[in-house]
Amino acid sequence: MKRTFLFVLLITLFALVLSACGGQALECEDALGCVEVAPDDPIIIASALVITGPNEQLGLDSQYGVEIAIDFYGDVLGHEVQLQPEDDGCSAEGGQTSAQKIVSNPQIVGVIGTSCSGAGVPASKIVSDAGYIMISPSNTSPALTDPETHEAGYLRTAHNDKVQGRAMAEYAYNVLGVRKAAAIHDGDPYTEGLASVFRDSFTELGGEIVAFEAEAPDATNVEPLLTTVAAAGPEFIYYPVFVSLGGLITKTARDIDALDGVYLAAADGVQSPDFLEAAGSAAEGMYVSGPDLSFTNETYDRFLSTYQEKYGTEPLSVFHAHAFDATTLLLKAIEEVAQEGDDGTLLIGRQALRDKLFATSGYQGITGTLTCNEYGDCADPKIAVSEVKDGAFEAIWP
Amino acid sequence: MSQRFKDIDYIDLLLWLFRAVIIIIVIWGTVAKIFLGRGNAYTADDWIDFFVSGLSQGSLYALIALGYTLVYGVLFMINFAHGEFFMSGTMTATVFVALPLSASGFLDEHPIIGMLAIMLTAMLISIGVAVLTERVAYRPLRRAPRLVPLITAIGASFFWQYFFRGLYGSSLVPFPELAVLQGKYNLFGIEILKTRAVVVVASVVMLVGLYFFVMRTKTGKAIRAVAEDKDVAALMGIDVDRTIAITFATGAAMAGAAGVLYGLVFRQVHFFMGFVPGIKAFTAAVLGGIGSIPGAALGGLFLGVIEAVGPPLFLEGLGIPGGHQLKDVIAFTMLVLVLIFRPQGIIGERLAEKKA
Repeated sequence: MKRTFLFVLLITLFALVLSACGGQALECEDALGCVEVAPDDPIIIASALVITGPNEQLGLDSQYGVEIAIDFYGDVLGHEVQLQPEDDGCSAEGGQTSAQKIVSNPQIVGVIGTSCSGAGVPASKIVSDAGYIMISPSNTSPALTDPETHEAGYLRTAHNDKVQGRAMAEYAYNVLGVRKAAAIHDGDPYTEGLASVFRDSFTELGGEIVAFEAEAPDATNVEPLLTTVAAAGPEFIYYPVFVSLGGLITKTARDIDALDGVYLAAADGVQSPDFLEAAGSAAEGMYVSGPDLSFTNETYDRFLSTYQEKYGTEPLSVFHAHAFDATTLLLKAIEEVAQEGDDGTLLIGRQALRDKLFATSGYQGITGTLTCNEYGDCADPKIAVSEVKDGAFEAIWP
Repeated sequence: MSQRFKDIDYIDLLLWLFRAVIIIIVIWGTVAKIFLGRGNAYTADDWIDFFVSGLSQGSLYALIALGYTLVYGVLFMINFAHGEFFMSGTMTATVFVALPLSASGFLDEHPIIGMLAIMLTAMLISIGVAVLTERVAYRPLRRAPRLVPLITAIGASFFWQYFFRGLYGSSLVPFPELAVLQGKYNLFGIEILKTRAVVVVASVVMLVGLYFFVMRTKTGKAIRAVAEDKDVAALMGIDVDRTIAITFATGAAMAGAAGVLYGLVFRQVHFFMGFVPGIKAFTAAVLGGIGSIPGAALGGLFLGVIEAVGPPLFLEGLGIPGGHQLKDVIAFTMLVLVLIFRPQGIIGERLAEKKA
């Protein structure tokens, strides 16, 4: 009798302890599972940006945007937000490695990245298949949000290059008045996509594409390529490639007599001080398309002064604001979908987070009014064309 | 009749077919280009541009390939860290000599002294890195199976890459432009970029110099003796370890000089710059016949020219769009062809049993 009593007592105690631990037992009913954040644990988000190599300024700039966004946002439902930075290497391999590393940590709620579209293609698949969510601040390749190839967990706050390629074509055709243009890409989804959109838009406007060439991204001797392009007799050359190849093409083009007086133009992939330094005086007078950063809002002013104070530099590239918006969107969505336990435990449903983000509509960010469509394009795209004058980018159009 | 068919080795037949197909494709493309005028219409000047830029690129490959060939000749080992010897000297010379000299204006006032200083620094640093690598990573493995130093070389290559990345950062460093080398020379009515001409001339001078060093000096003789047979060479009173170190140093000096010429032409350097030229130079060394100095020179020049001329010539003739990004395909197809049909390389000697 005594033993039975003791037994019952123990069971009761045990049950009490259990129920106390569970609070009012949060249940995960999410189709893709949940992230459970214990009371004093931080909420972890990851970034996958290019933070080493010739294109590091592109990624570092975005990463600074992410860090500032986390600072500005503060705690989410009483939890600190922690960033786990990864490197996308601006390549398919880098995108794959960083994505694999991220999805192997079940505590990561969402990803800001990648920097480069080439990395974004494999990364978006891995991240989506694992049920995670990613928002890219600077992928611009049309392929990533194409209905045929879009991955379920992928969004972006950067413009789609359908807009950028068209803007450059319009500038060349309408403002510069050229009728014969050439385009060069390096086989990466970003550069090939952008060059193709430029080609299509320019042809549509009535111009002629006299050469559509490609070069390996790690090429050194680009003189044969430019001789081929020059033989086709273009008045305008658009080469939306990255810093290393962009610098080489710019410098070599100035050495080729047949290209005298031909307009040179590149895109946001080279819009960084590194490129200006690498290309030096050869870059003078060339045109660069990229996001229009003439935002006039209070948040951006505050953002810029924090950026300069914290990192001691002018912005390194052009996607910091997009990274800021992407991060804020993510944190806001987490805050809205998280279920809160009595003791402060958070349960964040992955499908719920996805639905919330794709349902974003009319959100006022730094970069404009963001509305996400079903294929993940959230940007309010504004493109500017800059000219390199006295070793700096100066926006001249529109 | 049936006896004859039995004698045919089907693998051989397949390889012959493969060879025939490649040759037909190349000839077809060339004919289509030249006689049917497919693709862009090039003037004679354009073809000269293709050729000269290929030649200068090829002479860089040749200089780097020498390092592979020398080391292979002596140790029968592929030194995959050689691309890093090339990078280390150039990066250091650019950051510590070229940029300060250019900023102070010295480089434009005394271009020859300036260039010599840059080149000397690059060569010395490359030699230092090479000798250190040899001492620390290769010498202790002298008697190990041949696969072991190969893997060590790959490790050394990564080590130096990331070591210099740590030192100088991972962004592009611009190499200063020399005012005297801007513009073109006019040779018999052919316009050639001055930098290109300088690269070709400097490379030829160094190649000839190296050939005489190996063939006509006592040290050169020692190198050849060690290449022939290390044990017998030691018995003849040659310090084998020292000779091997000298071989590494010679190859690295060529690579350091090549690096500065690379900087002159492409005007930007970074920590990863050794990788692709290293692989290409290795290809060139095998093409020409690894172990042979004239072979490396010839292989390098050949590779550089075919990379520049191939895409506009037969790829465009075949109607392949964006041919220039496929120049690596041409380079490595050449390598595969040579490995299949002439494993000793274009002018390489057939290796004796022991060496092979």
